[in-house]
Amino acid sequence: MSVHPKKLLLALGALVAFAIPAFAQTALTITCRCVAGGVNDAEVQWLQNYVIPNFEKAMADKGTPVKVTLNQFGGSDEALKQQYALDLSVKKGYDVMAFDGFWIPEFASGGLLKPLETVAGSAVTNWDGWSHISQGIQDIMAYDGQRYGIANGTDVRMIFYRKDIFQEAGVPNADSWQPTSWQDIVNTAEMIKKALPNSYPLQIDAGTNMGEATTLQGYYMLILGTGEQPFMNGKWVIRSQGILDTLNFYKKIYVDTKLGDQRVQLVKDGRNQSFANFRDGITSMLVESDWFYRSVTKPGSEFAVKNRDQVMGWAKMPAEKPGMGIRGQDFVTASGGTGWVLNPNTAHPAEAWDLLAFMNSKAARDDFETYQPTISARDDVPVPNNPFLTTTAKILLPLTVSRPNNDAYAKVSEQIQLMTENVVSGQMSPQQAMDAYAAAVTQIVGVQNTVDLLKSASN
Amino acid sequence: MPERRTILPLRTGLLFLAPAAIFVVAFIVLPFFWVAVVSFTNRSLTGPGALHPHFVGLTNYLQLFAPRTFLQPGQFGSSLLITGQFVLFSALIGQAVLGLVLAWLFYRRESWVKQTVQTLAIVAWIIPDVVVAFAWSAFLDYGQGTLNHILTGLGLPRVDWLLGVPMLSIILFNTWRGTAFSMLLFSSALGSIPPSHLETADVTGANAWQKLRDIILPLIRTHIVTDLILITLWTFNTFTPFLITGGGPAFRTEVVSILTYRIAFKYFNFGSGSAIGMIMMLINLAFALVYLSLLRRREATR
Repeated sequence: MSVHPKKLLLALGALVAFAIPAFAQTALTITCRCVAGGVNDAEVQWLQNYVIPNFEKAMADKGTPVKVTLNQFGGSDEALKQQYALDLSVKKGYDVMAFDGFWIPEFASGGLLKPLETVAGSAVTNWDGWSHISQGIQDIMAYDGQRYGIANGTDVRMIFYRKDIFQEAGVPNADSWQPTSWQDIVNTAEMIKKALPNSYPLQIDAGTNMGEATTLQGYYMLILGTGEQPFMNGKWVIRSQGILDTLNFYKKIYVDTKLGDQRVQLVKDGRNQSFANFRDGITSMLVESDWFYRSVTKPGSEFAVKNRDQVMGWAKMPAEKPGMGIRGQDFVTASGGTGWVLNPNTAHPAEAWDLLAFMNSKAARDDFETYQPTISARDDVPVPNNPFLTTTAKILLPLTVSRPNNDAYAKVSEQIQLMTENVVSGQMSPQQAMDAYAAAVTQIVGVQNTVDLLKSASN
Repeated sequence: MPERRTILPLRTGLLFLAPAAIFVVAFIVLPFFWVAVVSFTNRSLTGPGALHPHFVGLTNYLQLFAPRTFLQPGQFGSSLLITGQFVLFSALIGQAVLGLVLAWLFYRRESWVKQTVQTLAIVAWIIPDVVVAFAWSAFLDYGQGTLNHILTGLGLPRVDWLLGVPMLSIILFNTWRGTAFSMLLFSSALGSIPPSHLETADVTGANAWQKLRDIILPLIRTHIVTDLILITLWTFNTFTPFLITGGGPAFRTEVVSILTYRIAFKYFNFGSGSAIGMIMMLINLAFALVYLSLLRRREATR
């Protein structure tokens, strides 16, 4: 039997024509670093229980049915970023992606992301939600005056400490501990180390394996306390007393006194080990963002601290010495923020935007707060009755500093991580590590964009 | 000169060659030139270098060889030294010597010990990288690792394998992993030695060392060269240590393949990554030329 090719084509065509209505439902994909029962569990619960069913229903009611699929990514933030860069560079990837704000400049200047308005048009401009999100918070997901995504909210950083361990070691005022200088922190740590010789009382993130946590939770929290920032007056600081002080503090903790666990900074899954150490009381002071409270130590999670409300306290991060912090502050903190972006390569930009807008509607954000209280981006979404968050936001947000919105930032940040690793591993002195950092940063941004504060001070 | 006789006319021959040639050009030759071109640019995956890469001349190469940073941890020179140590101790000394010893120990002997050891060595060689790496991470872990449990059980102190002696750990690992190849190659080489040689030696009262030195080594010399070159090339390019140490702590196990990966796919700096790739390619080419010339010399002496 022979089939005429033309007939075959016609038959195929008919088949496809009939098949199309069956597949008319638009398929959308969404991804985040979130795993049911694991990291950022609240996002999975929220997406699966609220966002996806309600969005699908709303779209079906409008006569444009969609099917949304969530991909749970269980790797590290750095691995997710790597995945995004590779996906986007070949014009693939998920339609809606959870994104850390500080990745935006690098991705936007590389052409991997496009402004929301370019992707989804006037629907973006006319979204009613913008009026409820302050410019500062919109800027978390913006670059060069253009919006690339919508931020969920912001965060602040502080020292979390274990009141029970403090009491055990006889630290005075264990219930309302508040150091006022780096030396205060060291004194407390030494006291605890004396009482509990096998403990590593202090954890300030360092090293390349901790990724951005090293830069923001570790290095920034220290360097801000010296009155400096990595990027000042439009130039990258490559040598300064502040850098040296910061590196010497790292050296003191991890190399000279062993008040902190050097291994945790160097092993591959060190960040999780630092959480486990805090849970187990091996570490009793840990500098982290409020995410540590909202998500990491939440009751029922892997690193939940038993009787958290009784045993876990928080303190402001002091400057090196009182008044020595950035803008002359006594205490310092740093903020970042995460959100969601649209994939410029999406086959369904209008629907993808609808999903993004739906996720950031007041109703959806209110619902998210029931899974995880957070400092919301929307001014009409109050922080629910949560003393920890309301207090920390009120006290720390006025003190905070954000990272530079600059396309070289991510590369410099990697060098910062490397510099701290060189010191805490003991393979370089602070001076040598700073010199290596200076050389590397000069290579990245060009000598005209750098400043050597030690040199200009001696001139 | 004798006239060249071919079965097929030249044109037909080329036609038959074409499919293979097209694949070789598309998947080997073109990417090679592409990498060569990229290594002279500031091309990156993110940031301005992604949209508008431009020609930077020899900058990437000069940066790799910048004398001030060359030997610093995490830099190219330091990584080359680490790779050299890794190849020397895990491949040349570990795999080749251990492989030869195993082959020699079991030469002309049949026993369950031989079967077991050979099977285990081959199993270590054939299981997938990721599975092996996971097993070794669990084996070497400081707190929960099997090896440290054994040591403490014997009353010995625990060793911080992955942080304290990371180089030793990946050298042991790679030796364990790859010895089977050398062992198999040497076993078959030994099998090709006429038994009469050794029997004659036995009659004249030669001891084991003399037999090894005067009969076996000279006869399997070419096999040894082949083995050394091949495992050098493989070990030089292997990426598996990444799965165990990630190149750390503090770059102390960052062999060149891991450095390339970090620069190109973690920092997205394709220009610099390609420059390292080019240099690795040249080093591999040098190894391959040595190998080919030795093979040719072997042909000539036959």
